[in-house]
Amino acid sequence: MRELSLHILDALENSIEAGATRIELFIEEDLKKDILKIAIKDNGRGMSEGFARRVLDPFVTTRTTRHVGLGLPLFAAAAQRCNGDLQVQSEPGVGTTVTATFQRSHIDRAPLGDMATTLMAVMLSKRPVDIYYKHSVNGRTFELDTAEMRNELDPIPLSHPRVRQWLESMLAEGLASLQRHAP
Amino acid sequence: MPRLKTIEDLKKLREEAQRDIKVRVETGTTITVGMGTCGIAAGARETMHAILKELKKREIEAHVTTVGCIGMCVKEPLVDIEQAGKPRITYGNVMPDMVPRLIEEHLINGRVVQEWAVGRLPTKE
Repeated sequence: MRELSLHILDALENSIEAGATRIELFIEEDLKKDILKIAIKDNGRGMSEGFARRVLDPFVTTRTTRHVGLGLPLFAAAAQRCNGDLQVQSEPGVGTTVTATFQRSHIDRAPLGDMATTLMAVMLSKRPVDIYYKHSVNGRTFELDTAEMRNELDPIPLSHPRVRQWLESMLAEGLASLQRHAP
Repeated sequence: MPRLKTIEDLKKLREEAQRDIKVRVETGTTITVGMGTCGIAAGARETMHAILKELKKREIEAHVTTVGCIGMCVKEPLVDIEQAGKPRITYGNVMPDMVPRLIEEHLINGRVVQEWAVGRLPTKE
């Protein structure tokens, strides 16, 4: 995939498929240490130790619609190409955490890309899921929590056209303020 | 964005939206985009982005939601349009550049774009 935000969206969709009702997504860019770290933590049904070990094998999947699971192996390959790695920690009934690290300046590192649309795709999900997002670039932080938003909006859904437009501009503004400080 | 401003914005939105939500939930249009691994790899996120942009440009107030894989991966990106009182139509291989015509024909002119449609479900009772 051309952008890390597409790998992230794919991992977020895995969490939703696993029945997660809350996902925490952390992106940390440290230019001094030259590290880009992405962590996705969900409260989905989790995986057994054996399955979590095998999940980076492209021929392992839980889906019944086909027999090849490509999402995580592709994400792992992207990290490994950039002197990084991808770890999966999981506990049945508790949830799964996927952590990917990249050498930020590595020539093969794909750009983070359109995080705003990735987040929109999750916020507009038909399946009930909340997302907490925290993105920091050299200590400057942008964060949001859809659970808080839903509380304020109740009973208006996030997918309401007017709320959606507000979300879009809020994301654009928040993410742009981070990027102004990253070369 | 400062937290306080966010909460104020949301309160205002809630009041505005509450006035017309009933009408929209009952008679509105819902556009659903497949967002499984297959959809994402085929460009579904960009298709969704194009849909949001087109709806905004034409000031059409439709709901947009995302779902996972439904098993028709070869036809991704899949876009489903559901309007009250009309059959639900599924379009396949919907690329961003197809979105303006899709919105214009289906939502504005009320005509199904036959050559892109891959499925039809009867009207909900």
